[in-house]
Amino acid sequence: MDETAVHITVNGRARTATVEPRLTLADFLRDACRLTGTHLGCEHGVCGACTVLVDGAAVRSCLMFAVQADGAEVTTIEGIGSSDGELSPVQQAFRDCHGLQCGFCTPGFVVSVTAFLRDNPSPTDTEIRHALSGNLCRCTGYQGIVKAVRQAADTLGGAPR
Amino acid sequence: MKPAPFQYHVPATIPEAVQLLAELGEGAKVLAGGQSLIPMLALRLAVFDHLVDVGRLAELQGIERRDGQLWVGACTTEAAVEASAEVAAAVPLLARATPFVGHVQIRNRGTLGGSLAHADPAAEYPAVALALDAELEVVSPRGHRTIAARDFFDGLWSTTMTPDELLVGVSFPVWSGRSGFAVEELARRHGDFALAGVALGVELDGDDRIRRGAIGLLGLGSTPERATAAEAELTGRPVSDVDPAAVGDLAMAGLASVPTDLHGSADYRTRIGAALVTRAWTTATATATATATATATATAEARHG
Repeated sequence: MDETAVHITVNGRARTATVEPRLTLADFLRDACRLTGTHLGCEHGVCGACTVLVDGAAVRSCLMFAVQADGAEVTTIEGIGSSDGELSPVQQAFRDCHGLQCGFCTPGFVVSVTAFLRDNPSPTDTEIRHALSGNLCRCTGYQGIVKAVRQAADTLGGAPR
Repeated sequence: MKPAPFQYHVPATIPEAVQLLAELGEGAKVLAGGQSLIPMLALRLAVFDHLVDVGRLAELQGIERRDGQLWVGACTTEAAVEASAEVAAAVPLLARATPFVGHVQIRNRGTLGGSLAHADPAAEYPAVALALDAELEVVSPRGHRTIAARDFFDGLWSTTMTPDELLVGVSFPVWSGRSGFAVEELARRHGDFALAGVALGVELDGDDRIRRGAIGLLGLGSTPERATAAEAELTGRPVSDVDPAAVGDLAMAGLASVPTDLHGSADYRTRIGAALVTRAWTTATATATATATATATATAEARHG
């Protein structure tokens, strides 16, 4: 099988690996980089658990091959908080508002919400719900998640509309 | 790793890409944003020996006015379409349809051309392209050709492009004047493929008569459908004489292959299709009528000025 070298910057650190083209970015992150915070639920683009930032854009890492991310900058859930372990405002809000139960879907939600609030710092409740629509929580703890996004938006300084 | 093994090719130019497609033949598939193809590979609904990745070809990206039309490069992401003020101003129907495409994470990778070439009959962009008489520009080693949207979709997930042809861009007509647009669809969850839906445009003349209607239907056949008979019936009539509910029924007449599956029967889809067309017609004609007033005022002022 033909393998290809890829160079991907993950959470600020340059990573190089030789991979099969069919290796997804999600598997690259989990297996080659040992960053297992990116979770795999459905592996065909429905659940959103594997959401990461690729050059700043929230994408499903199961719907992208590692070879397509060659040269890109990727941020995973491990890169969201500070390196000393302090939680980001979004992570803190999820904790405060019981925005997680089993926690499986949480990395995808936190990464999606981080990008959303960067692009839309003072969202309406409807916009929050739209922004969350690409992530599934099978504990169905959506009320806490919506509250967490509201709190994170307020913490980050966006005036509620 | 879920997909079957394949060889990965990254051509640097369009000619190189189509040369590869020609050499590799039926075993090759174009990879753009991958948001439809990669799930199919993961589920092994599709298996290809070769993927030709055109997702990073700069020549395939961009949004610009060309010859009075709006040209959108095939590999322009849906997120770029959504964020474009040019699209919102020139082709409002395309702008209105975009938020219905998947979710933001999908739109950040998925491309306009990928959606059209994938040709899912329940997707939004094929219905928009069909309703607006968009022209699809394809390239092969044999040269360029333009395919009208009505000649492009020829079956479920199937187009009239040959295996060595690459979709490079789409030209959308720009409607000027007193027009209104609406997209309506019903899906079990936001972002799912619609059970049924409509992308609709209407233009009125100075006397509030219908100059043209464009009704693209999704989820109501094995391809996107266009309610041409309904459009013909409506053209020339005063908009105030038209009962929106009748437009819904008219648009459903003559649909020959409305699907029945576990999500809904053909009867159910037809009923919601009629209701959605009615709703879209009401919204679009309200916008067009309001625009007409402003234009009429401007015209009157110009005349008396």
